[in-house]
Amino acid sequence: MFDQLARSFLLTEIVKGFSLTLKYMFFMPRVTINYPHEKGPISPRFRGEHALRRYPNGEERCIACKLCEAICPALAITIEAEPREDGSRRTTRYDIDMTKCIYCGLCQEACPVDAIVEGPNFEFATETREELYYNKDKLLANGDRWEAQIASNLAVDAPYR
Amino acid sequence: MNIQPANIDIAEETRIRPYTMNFGPQHPAAHGVLRLVLEMDGEVVERADPHIGLLHRGTEKLIEHKTYLQAVPYFDRLDYVAPMNQEHAFALATEKLLGITAPKRAQYIRVLYAELGRVLNHILNITTFALDVGALTPALWGFEEREKGMEFYERVCGARLHANYFRPGGVAQDLPAGLADDIMEWCVSLPAFLDDLGCLLTENRIFKQRTVDIGTVTAVEAMDWGFSGPMLRGSGIAWDLRKNQPYDSYDEFDFDIPIGKTGDCYARYLVRMAEMFESLKIMKQAIETMPDGDIKVNDYKISPPPRAEMKSSMEALIHHFKLFSEGYHVPAGETYTAVEAPKGEFGVYLVSDGSNKPYRCRIRAPGFAHLQALDFMSKGHQLADTVSIIGSLDIVFGEIDR
Repeated sequence: MFDQLARSFLLTEIVKGFSLTLKYMFFMPRVTINYPHEKGPISPRFRGEHALRRYPNGEERCIACKLCEAICPALAITIEAEPREDGSRRTTRYDIDMTKCIYCGLCQEACPVDAIVEGPNFEFATETREELYYNKDKLLANGDRWEAQIASNLAVDAPYR
Repeated sequence: MNIQPANIDIAEETRIRPYTMNFGPQHPAAHGVLRLVLEMDGEVVERADPHIGLLHRGTEKLIEHKTYLQAVPYFDRLDYVAPMNQEHAFALATEKLLGITAPKRAQYIRVLYAELGRVLNHILNITTFALDVGALTPALWGFEEREKGMEFYERVCGARLHANYFRPGGVAQDLPAGLADDIMEWCVSLPAFLDDLGCLLTENRIFKQRTVDIGTVTAVEAMDWGFSGPMLRGSGIAWDLRKNQPYDSYDEFDFDIPIGKTGDCYARYLVRMAEMFESLKIMKQAIETMPDGDIKVNDYKISPPPRAEMKSSMEALIHHFKLFSEGYHVPAGETYTAVEAPKGEFGVYLVSDGSNKPYRCRIRAPGFAHLQALDFMSKGHQLADTVSIIGSLDIVFGEIDR
């Protein structure tokens, strides 16, 4: 009873709280990061912006099997395909509506040739909605731009896939 | 013009209707898009009428048009504070209809991540609850620890929130090398943070004045209103699905069920606080006793074959194509499968007609039952107490509006 009275009179819990706050303020390492210059860690499995990859000889990987179109829960992928002059089956149209995409990663799981992948890039904000309707050129350009990192991520993750 | 004063009865004139006040849907203390219509008698709440549906996306109907594999990501957005716990219920329900059980290692990984989700959820709830009653510091600190937990999510599945990790038949991928050690390290260091958090709140007189004896729910009322989870345990009923009907090897773990004595907002805070320590206990045991082996059922009719095999074996390739286009057919039947999500009993009522898509998928969200009790809990309390009650309810609108 006396103990409780003394504690409530002396504001012990407030003093304790403030001392804890001061401890964190002065004696703990800084945890905030200066975002555009510093970035948080990202694992090899990170699912960011999509990219269409090519083989090392420059040939595009996608064979228009349309598995990604079939599995996409958000119906974000549209593919049209016909045989090319040399007889190989290729897409004539490969669109991803990035505003519909939910980044679930099922397209890259479904792809039998590792053509469509979700790369490490998460900074693709745009000023207009139209810029987020990606077509095949944009996706292939993404693939060329991020290939090094995508390939190393896939290599790291290969034993688990 | 001569205006004749209307003949108004004095009694009629002095009768004051309760003042109707709109709370939300963009109020920062409304935890999302809760709109409350409050009938106030001065500062005292006479009736609280929650208006829901602003976040309705038709999840249940959408799932009827998706294969079982495609339906998994929809569960991440129900209670987006602990996504994997929702997937757990769906994965278990589908497994029950398929008549399979996940391999031991998959079950342990699921337990590990379900408990991680529980810790993340309770950190968010306690800190924002403190924010609602006026303490800013816990929220700023808590998010640092939560961020570390989200990184574990990201490392295992590739997304911090939109996990898509628990699949019917197991989990999507095995734990990458080194992850288990890092989680273990976090489990060891987190209790020090939780003690600091408790030091700021548990004895704090302002926090106690705002929560003790506010929104008291008796054990009988809690049962009558269909409470579950910490809401029920705060009222002194030791009911936890992990103990009472264990799923996914929970019976192999040693943990206790904390219960509250008073049933008020403070008791619920204490229960959540104690539950985090129990969850950490389970996570440590799961990492220490994690068996080796498969992480999904070894049946290519249900889970896709490994990529290396898919690229070399024709049969595996056919299975791969079949699974990612048509999906698997689930035998006709129905099941209600519930898990102990951080917020309470999260259940999935799944009806299959033998096709590759669920015929019906009804989702039982714990937050819905808790929100409907807001009226009787806040009756007679002041407006500011309604905010503490909402904070202690732990509602997330993703699951209530579905």
